[in-house]
Amino acid sequence: MHLVKRFLAVVMCVVLPVSSIAEVGEPEKDELTFGFIKLTDMAPIAVAYENGYFEDEDLYVTIEAQANWKVLLDGVIDGQLDGAHMLAGQPLAATIGFGTKAHIVTPFSMDLNGNGITVSNAVWQAMKPNIPKMADGRPVHPIKADYLKPVVDSYIADGKPFNMGMVFPVSTHNYELRYWLAAGGLHPGFYAPHKGDISGQIDAEVLLSVTPPPQMPATLEAGTIYGYCVGEPWNQQAVFKGIGVPVITDYEIWKDNPEKVFGMTKEFTEKYPNTTIRVVKALLRAAKGLDENDNANRMEAVEILSRSEYVGADAEVIANSMTGTFEYEKGDKRDVPDFNVFFRYFATYPYYSDAVWYLSQMRRWGQIDAPKNDAWYHDVAKSVYRPDLYELAAKELIAEGHMEASDFPDFSTESGFRAPQTEFIDGVTYDGTKPNEYLKSFPIGLKDEIL
Amino acid sequence: MTSLAVERLLGFSRQAPKFMASSVIPAVGIALFLLFWHIVAGNINTSLGQFPGPAQVWTQSQALYQEHQREREKAAAFYERQESRNAKKLEKNPDATIKWRKYTGKPTFLDQIFTSLYTVAFGFLLASLVAIPLGILCGLSENVYQAVNPIIQVFKPVSPLAWLPLVTMVVSAVYVSEDPMFEKSFLNSAFTVTLCCLWPTVINTTVGVAGIDRDLVNVGRVIKLNAATNVVRIVLPASVPMIFTGLRLSLATGWMVLIAAEMLAQNPGLGKFIWDEFQNGSSNSLSRIMVAVLTIGLIGFLLDRAMLMLQRRVSWDKQAVLR
Repeated sequence: MHLVKRFLAVVMCVVLPVSSIAEVGEPEKDELTFGFIKLTDMAPIAVAYENGYFEDEDLYVTIEAQANWKVLLDGVIDGQLDGAHMLAGQPLAATIGFGTKAHIVTPFSMDLNGNGITVSNAVWQAMKPNIPKMADGRPVHPIKADYLKPVVDSYIADGKPFNMGMVFPVSTHNYELRYWLAAGGLHPGFYAPHKGDISGQIDAEVLLSVTPPPQMPATLEAGTIYGYCVGEPWNQQAVFKGIGVPVITDYEIWKDNPEKVFGMTKEFTEKYPNTTIRVVKALLRAAKGLDENDNANRMEAVEILSRSEYVGADAEVIANSMTGTFEYEKGDKRDVPDFNVFFRYFATYPYYSDAVWYLSQMRRWGQIDAPKNDAWYHDVAKSVYRPDLYELAAKELIAEGHMEASDFPDFSTESGFRAPQTEFIDGVTYDGTKPNEYLKSFPIGLKDEIL
Repeated sequence: MTSLAVERLLGFSRQAPKFMASSVIPAVGIALFLLFWHIVAGNINTSLGQFPGPAQVWTQSQALYQEHQREREKAAAFYERQESRNAKKLEKNPDATIKWRKYTGKPTFLDQIFTSLYTVAFGFLLASLVAIPLGILCGLSENVYQAVNPIIQVFKPVSPLAWLPLVTMVVSAVYVSEDPMFEKSFLNSAFTVTLCCLWPTVINTTVGVAGIDRDLVNVGRVIKLNAATNVVRIVLPASVPMIFTGLRLSLATGWMVLIAAEMLAQNPGLGKFIWDEFQNGSSNSLSRIMVAVLTIGLIGFLLDRAMLMLQRRVSWDKQAVLR
């Protein structure tokens, strides 16, 4: 009897952990609605739907385009949307209460890179003489904002405000555009939410304002803004329409920068844990497919994205950036194989250090009005970025044979902080464990002061 | 040349003028318009390519229909997959609860047309239920009219789109239920339509009722009809033409406003279709928007005709000229 009991105990010890990993329970909620903005980096959601990965997880998903990032965020907060393609800054800002306050978490990063900065033809013509040329006459890349500075100065001297567009106050695009401008000595302006100033134009030389991504080309064409920072296909659209010239991609501002995330409310992930894991599983499979065999499946993804219910732009415009090239000035098409990264380099893992970078930029430009200690940055990052949920989904996929352990960081040793990153356009090194030290390395930007 | 000579020259008989007026002249008008459209479109270049002419619009309307069919095929495949998945589930566990879910794909152009029609009908009926009784009351009683008139006059010129944000917030605050019968977005659009459909009907009904022939009113008095019978037997029939004038105006503006509200609030329907296509900015977008524009016009026209037919049926004076 005693022996039998012991035997059973051993069996249970061996079997139980395996079975608990091998199968997530039934989804608690199986009819879901996800929101997205018409940008190519929503591809994992579209592919997971079209290839039936959601259905494989017993999820019945409806995908809805949203008018702008604010509408999308409100939809997730009030429950009309169960999850959405979000700007990395949105879950962080919502959780700390800059803008609408709500605890949003992300178990899945959607991509790396994928944005660009475009200026109008007139600005490009004025910038061009300042830019060094290669032997064949094409401009040397990356193009720094130093070459834009004289143009902005001349606009200011004429009493004309130099306006540029970005997509949302806490968007990657806002921080990238600011990073690029500040690296070239142009002040993009501070926010002061404690004084009720959320225009972000205090002390600004270049005035930034919000325009929804799909409307960027039309706004540029109308002359309301002289340039913008946006995701694809809206930079390539400007080239096709002949209304502007992309000058730099975010890959060149910060090599392999984290971009969109998949956001859900914390409440959702707690109420429907199985559903959450299953959603991440489907998205992981889609992301892997997008990068597999050296981007072999990208043309198929381009066809899906060009349908009117997804991004809807012409396939050739989308293909331009999705298939490893990027057209700057018309005819100047260059190879940027990593312009859109969905899976390699552990792109989908929600690194705490990525969250800390966004928080550091929110502090740099005053969206976080007072200085915070390093521990605060880490605590916020850990409450929003959820590698624990990611890990559960990843282990499931490995157990099912859809993925291999090498597809993911080593979960037993991963700290969630990337090694210090050095490949920024201004050469500043970023170490996510020391955000305050990082802030001190910028000539333009807030450090310990309160505006 | 005499007119007779002209007719002979053109080969028309004496009955020809009626036939010409009813179909030949409109056909010539349409042909001229298409020609004009074709020429003008060819000369407008936008950043989304050439402005669509009749040919491109025709191609896109076919493409939209094909998309609709393709989506239906996808839906069928979706249901098949669901069925086999459910069957498997039952095989594994006979007690499993099986749910049947609706297709999760996108609404097609045709779906959007029906959504819009359904929304406008709901908003319009709701408005009519309020506006006709209110109008009758105002028409019958000078006091009620004096009390209500200032409010009508102030609210009448307000674009219902100005109400949209308020409607949206109120609906989402008040209409809370676990298993809602209507989508919130549907109610937002429908109430906005209601707000704009009220006024023309109220005003025209009031005018119609107030202007009833004195003789009819006196007959009612002489035979001592009670109030309800008076309204049903005398007031309503006598003011039908004016009520319908109001209703037709209401429906026409309701239809116009609905499209704008759908665009603004991103509620499902033709307005959203147009906005989505505009956002897509593909080389076909303008043609597809043009298809929607023509569809909206045609439906507006048909709605008006339907109201006219209804008016003919309920009107006691079959001789009146209606247009």
